[in-house]
Amino acid sequence: MDLLWTEEDERFRAELRAWIDQALPKLPAATKREDWDARRERDTTWQRMLYDAGYAGINWPADFGGRGAALSEQLVFYEEITTAGAPDVGVNFVGLLHAGPTIIAEAADDQRARHLPAILKGEEVWCQGFSEPSAGSDLASLRTRAVRDGDDYVINGQKIWTSFAQVSDYCELLVRTDPEAPKHTGITWLILPMDTPGVDVRPLRTVIGSSEFSELYLDDVRVPVANRVGAENDGWRVAMVTFSFERGTSLVSEMAEARRQLDELVKVAKVVTRGSATAWDDVGLRREIGHAAAELDALWNMVKRTVSEAARTGVPGVGASVVKLYYTELIQRIGDLALRVLDRASLSLDDVFDHSGHFVEERLRVLALTIAAGSSQIQRNIIGERILGLPR
Amino acid sequence: MDFTLTSDQEALQEAVRKLCEGRFPMERVRALAEVGGVDRDLWREMADAGVFSLRLSEADGGAALGTAEAALVFEVLGRALVPGPLVWTHLAAGLVPGAAEGDRVVGGLQRQEEPFLVEYPDAIDVLLAVDDDGLWEVDRSRLSARPVSWPLDPLTPAHVAGGLLRGERRGVPGDAARWRLDGAVLTGAYLLGMAAALTEMSVAFAKERQQFDKPIGSFQAIKHILADMFVRTEVARAAVYAAAVNLDEPALGPPARAVAGAKLLAGEAATLNAKAATQVHGGMGFTWEVDVHLYLKRAWVLDTTFGTADDHADVVAGLLG
Repeated sequence: MDLLWTEEDERFRAELRAWIDQALPKLPAATKREDWDARRERDTTWQRMLYDAGYAGINWPADFGGRGAALSEQLVFYEEITTAGAPDVGVNFVGLLHAGPTIIAEAADDQRARHLPAILKGEEVWCQGFSEPSAGSDLASLRTRAVRDGDDYVINGQKIWTSFAQVSDYCELLVRTDPEAPKHTGITWLILPMDTPGVDVRPLRTVIGSSEFSELYLDDVRVPVANRVGAENDGWRVAMVTFSFERGTSLVSEMAEARRQLDELVKVAKVVTRGSATAWDDVGLRREIGHAAAELDALWNMVKRTVSEAARTGVPGVGASVVKLYYTELIQRIGDLALRVLDRASLSLDDVFDHSGHFVEERLRVLALTIAAGSSQIQRNIIGERILGLPR
Repeated sequence: MDFTLTSDQEALQEAVRKLCEGRFPMERVRALAEVGGVDRDLWREMADAGVFSLRLSEADGGAALGTAEAALVFEVLGRALVPGPLVWTHLAAGLVPGAAEGDRVVGGLQRQEEPFLVEYPDAIDVLLAVDDDGLWEVDRSRLSARPVSWPLDPLTPAHVAGGLLRGERRGVPGDAARWRLDGAVLTGAYLLGMAAALTEMSVAFAKERQQFDKPIGSFQAIKHILADMFVRTEVARAAVYAAAVNLDEPALGPPARAVAGAKLLAGEAATLNAKAATQVHGGMGFTWEVDVHLYLKRAWVLDTTFGTADDHADVVAGLLG
């Protein structure tokens, strides 16, 4: 067991830090809520800046525009990005964190060449078309139908919870290609261009009050068979690869950010007054924050263990469910602590002081984390059945 | 950075696991309650396997291994619930003559924790005390001690001691600080092993035990309890291993935060898993016959040594911001 970064990692860290220091001021200011086009513009501009500097797709193959570095450098990257307060993956989290990695692992060479460099350059934004109104936790019961017609599939159905669909170019889409087969064996993974006729995006309003996700109505949408990733009816297996990234590595940047947020919360607690004392003088509250910090530290070390293991196998395993389950419930408890620190300032999503509004918005946003990408209950089933070997 | 066990580390754990399987099956562990928690011959066998000496230099009869390796060993000991003042004797190796070789059993306590409950009073040859001013060897002939007739943990017999005099100095404040860190991590490692064992025995029980014509492990109400036990254990494992590595590697920075987090999370994993295991075992979980209560009681005992969960949460909080 060795937790020391290599000299190479440290050199990378120093270079990256210097680059971020000079690059960050050139980025346009944060955009207004609900201005999705501006949000896309800012996020993809940052992605292009990363690409031009050689910091896009840290562990993606160099042949497709990535840096071709070790996963450990990816961790260093997230640590530095969050420390500097630089943007996260933003509107293209699907492309960068799970559609892209799935394409690397499963797609044909021409598909890789077509999409991977474009994702890294900020030219292609992706969204996810997995869930349906009747297929949530029971995703394999999905009903969106794809019927072969010559060199195309003709698709009819409805998808839901599709984040940033309104500014996406492509969608990773799960469709049913064999309705007669058992439900897990009749599914196919497709690349859907969002400008295809028959694709209708209808934004949904979330508890935050904004509309980052949408419903997707698909009406006689023609997608070339050449857009299929993996074999026909083998899409469930490909989706499991997507999940291994979505549940595993895609939370890593979020976790790095959570550590910074907790430090911010402590700073706020030290200045918010409660009568004659500060929130930080409240022994009970402070103890719970210390507890949460210990848990976050442990999870970050678990990520290092997962990365060390993945460095050998290439794909994060079911152990990802462990991190996903624990982190998402922890970040909600941290959100509760933030509301307790803010006290009456928590009535406002506008900043009452410092970044108080951000903590309130985050408390709302993280409600989704124990539901999305397999609810906490589904993760417990996976851990119980696949890791512990309990009967179904 | 490679946060996985080396093959040597895996082999070390395997060797101690074999020792525990051979020498400390649960019926033998239970029988140790009748002899004050320590059997001298078994204690020497543990010493011969390097349990106490492994961090000493080869010139001093050790294996020159690190805290990481010691933690891996204590994890396995905790899994088997091996009783006795293992952590104190391990810490005393190289300081108290005969500790490393298993000839003298060394117990200890932290001087803050009044009333003073001395563990394994009939088994220990030497009693050490740790406080902010250093390490001390207590003169036991000058202690007024009242035996506890009914200890919480049958495998942790105790005396209530009064008039705890300082005794003879055995270390400076820096030594005491280091003992507290090492002691917290090794106790945490032991608790980690207990948490893992509790998960395994509960999973095995839930696969066997039938109700409503099905193994109870097929019910989500039970399955989810077991999943949480596993998750808690793995989070504690990351914390304990990282803290142990941090103690070995000064370049990783001050270890205080990592150590506090490790003891905190391992203690919680063991106590919460023991309570969950009691529930999963149903009525059997409330019997003396099933081993779960021995784990629960030891977890409670160890949660009071080398800092409580609350102490450690406060330490982490104090290092934030």
